[in-house]
Amino acid sequence: MSSGGATGMSSPKTPPTALRGPGAPAAYLFITGNPNSGKTTLFNALTGLRAKVGNYPGVTVERKEGRMQGAGEGRQVTVLDLPGTYSLSPHSPDEQVARDALFHRIPEVPAPAVVAVVADASNLQRNLYLATQIIELGHPTVVVLNMMDVARKNGIEVDASALEAALGVPVIPVVASSGEGVPAFKRAVNDIIQGRRSAVGARSFCEPSAPFAAEAQAVAAGIPQPVTPQHSLAEALLLLSDDRFLESSAGHYPESIREAIRAARRRLEESGVDWRSAVIESRYQAIAAIQQNVTREATPPGHTFSDRLDRVLTHKVWGLLVFVAVLAAIFQSIFTLAQVPMEGLEHGVSWLGQHVEAWMPPGALRNLLVDGVIAGVGAVVVFLPQICLLFLFLGLLEDSGYMARAAFLMDRLMTKVGLHGKSFIPMLSSFACAIPGIMATRTIENQRDRLATILIAPLMSCSARLPVYTVLIAACIPDRELWGGLRAPGLVMLGMYGLGIAAALGMAWLFKNTLLRGPTPMLIMELPPYRRPMARTVLRHVWDRARLFLTQAGTIILLINILLWFLVSYPHNQDTRTRFEARRAAVQAVPPTATAPEAAAARAAELARIDAEEKGEVLRSSFAGRLGRAIEPLIAPLGFDWRIGIAIVSSFAAREVFVSTLSQVYDVGDEDDPAEGGNKLAGVMRLEKRPDGSPMFTTLLGVSLMVFYVFALQCVSTIAVVRRETASWKWPLFQWFYMGALAWGFSFVVWQGGRLLGWQ
Amino acid sequence: MTATLQPLTALQAGQKAVVADLTLPPEARGRLQELGLVVGTPVELVRYALLNDPLEIRFRGYNLSLRRHEAEQIYVQPIP
Repeated sequence: MSSGGATGMSSPKTPPTALRGPGAPAAYLFITGNPNSGKTTLFNALTGLRAKVGNYPGVTVERKEGRMQGAGEGRQVTVLDLPGTYSLSPHSPDEQVARDALFHRIPEVPAPAVVAVVADASNLQRNLYLATQIIELGHPTVVVLNMMDVARKNGIEVDASALEAALGVPVIPVVASSGEGVPAFKRAVNDIIQGRRSAVGARSFCEPSAPFAAEAQAVAAGIPQPVTPQHSLAEALLLLSDDRFLESSAGHYPESIREAIRAARRRLEESGVDWRSAVIESRYQAIAAIQQNVTREATPPGHTFSDRLDRVLTHKVWGLLVFVAVLAAIFQSIFTLAQVPMEGLEHGVSWLGQHVEAWMPPGALRNLLVDGVIAGVGAVVVFLPQICLLFLFLGLLEDSGYMARAAFLMDRLMTKVGLHGKSFIPMLSSFACAIPGIMATRTIENQRDRLATILIAPLMSCSARLPVYTVLIAACIPDRELWGGLRAPGLVMLGMYGLGIAAALGMAWLFKNTLLRGPTPMLIMELPPYRRPMARTVLRHVWDRARLFLTQAGTIILLINILLWFLVSYPHNQDTRTRFEARRAAVQAVPPTATAPEAAAARAAELARIDAEEKGEVLRSSFAGRLGRAIEPLIAPLGFDWRIGIAIVSSFAAREVFVSTLSQVYDVGDEDDPAEGGNKLAGVMRLEKRPDGSPMFTTLLGVSLMVFYVFALQCVSTIAVVRRETASWKWPLFQWFYMGALAWGFSFVVWQGGRLLGWQ
Repeated sequence: MTATLQPLTALQAGQKAVVADLTLPPEARGRLQELGLVVGTPVELVRYALLNDPLEIRFRGYNLSLRRHEAEQIYVQPIP
């Protein structure tokens, strides 16, 4: 190991700048441990609020690192929070990253100077399984005995020094949530980095039978680059006993070793050794013995608070009722609470736009800045309130331990379509907005399931479809009472939501049985004890999500919005402008003989009408207008004309743009109050005629168009987020095409079928 | 002896048993073993969800949920 060379860094002769320069090697402290062991809480306690969050190359596994605060002693310590894992045998991309980092298989991640294994003192045996595996790898290792307070409350006393003696590496008891023991841990890390304390374990925690040990020795001798030279036997045991370990290490072992391992397994099988179980069972025997020696049960184990709470929260009836109530409360709050900041942001953006407009001379640059850049930024930030609120609630659910219960309660329902209980919350979140819903799929370990959930999430009717449905219902659906007091508009709205849900479930089933076919993932899921969520952890989670969205998806959304602005504004036609300028001048030139307020108002209205007409004309002759006409043959079988085509093209930025674009197409102009504008637009739409004189916006057309919007992926922001979350353009493009195909197909059936039946 | 072995799903909520055999496919079996559910481990069936699937068990001091499908392939010796 290189720990010896590190001591030179503290020499006073070393210029301090060298420590901060790119060449100065920060010592890496890995934090690893079981999920729910309090790893992240320790990470936050060590790094304060400054941490970098990114992805590991090629996978959507979150990489979190930060500088250890108050590390002192010259050498910087970078803390890397590895994803939680139960063992070195990876069952998910998260676990694979954790394993690969410990085996130096990620080029971007340096070798650790110290590995800290966080172990939950109240759940010692299972946590020691991973801890002992890691100790055997031969890195300098510290076992952080976390949640000492919870253990004490449950009547368990853990003797840290006895455990230290048994494991052969330093053991530091802490309560990461309160910070108790964290300074001692930092001292231990510094001591190890400075070479003052030894932390390399020498013990092995499994004693397999003699034939197994002999085979392992033989394999160990053939490993070309063991993770640390002195511990190749531990690696050989993993290779020999663990299919997953070997399968997930493609390219790291030469074929000769693979062949030797297969032969060794065959020989073991022939002599009746269960090579898969032998090492695990032997390790648990050793762990059980250690645990017996180091813990004392002060009080006999009874039912904890968590157990009592679970009697209600996972109860067959009460549990479901509480779950529904929790969700209802969350969604109510998201809809109502997010509304205020969203409107605030929209006002802020339009205020900024107006000021820039007033301050800059008219011209292409001003238009680009106001209608392209500022409006584009607005389109990005408007999602923030919903993302923040949703992740605030999800963070609370996750950190309290309730999220696992939600998956437990919903699992049966979700398995019906081949998904996992954990897909429920992201799908539900998508009713507010698919973006946080898709971002929330990260809790799903199985990649196929996660992908299936991402692919169907935008089928749930999000809040941006609401204005589209509202305008179309107002324009096309007569307000008639149908049965038993139910009115047509409400039923149609409900029907659109129902259609989205049915399509999402149906497509999930289809994907899981075709494209993403695979065994239904297991639900082997820990139900951790409930605890009070920590404000710091939850807020940090919200902050990380918001930042990721802004930096990663935000840039793509902004760029596409600018492109769409260009499509709806260009090319400029000088003739059009001159013509409208002349008309405006004519109105303004009328001598102000009548100073009566009515006359002034009439003049202002006339000017506004001319403005609206000009905007309409510009839009109709823009690239987007041409695109609308170009796609008319494609959408005519759905009952749509080129004007609707323009609205479809431009609402690719975001669905609600449909309403404002139609307003421009029909020369209604912009209206500050969206509800007012919608009513006005609906009124104009009702009067609209087709070339043959029949009404344009019939009930049938309204339904066809709404159905189109239920399915079509008309949202660049979703596409940008899916690209980010799947780390490729393949899936967002596939999603756009499949949803587009569904939209076209269903609208076609509605329009053509309806006409065959003689409906209007 | 073997005659008294039962699948985990035969237990009533609150009943305790000792793991006797895991007949699951290697991946699921390996994961459960790593989590501490090895032969000889005492386990308690805590509860069943609605429609008896999934179910919650407790062993080595913590709670785990698994589906009926997996639980049916875990054989236990009930503790009277």
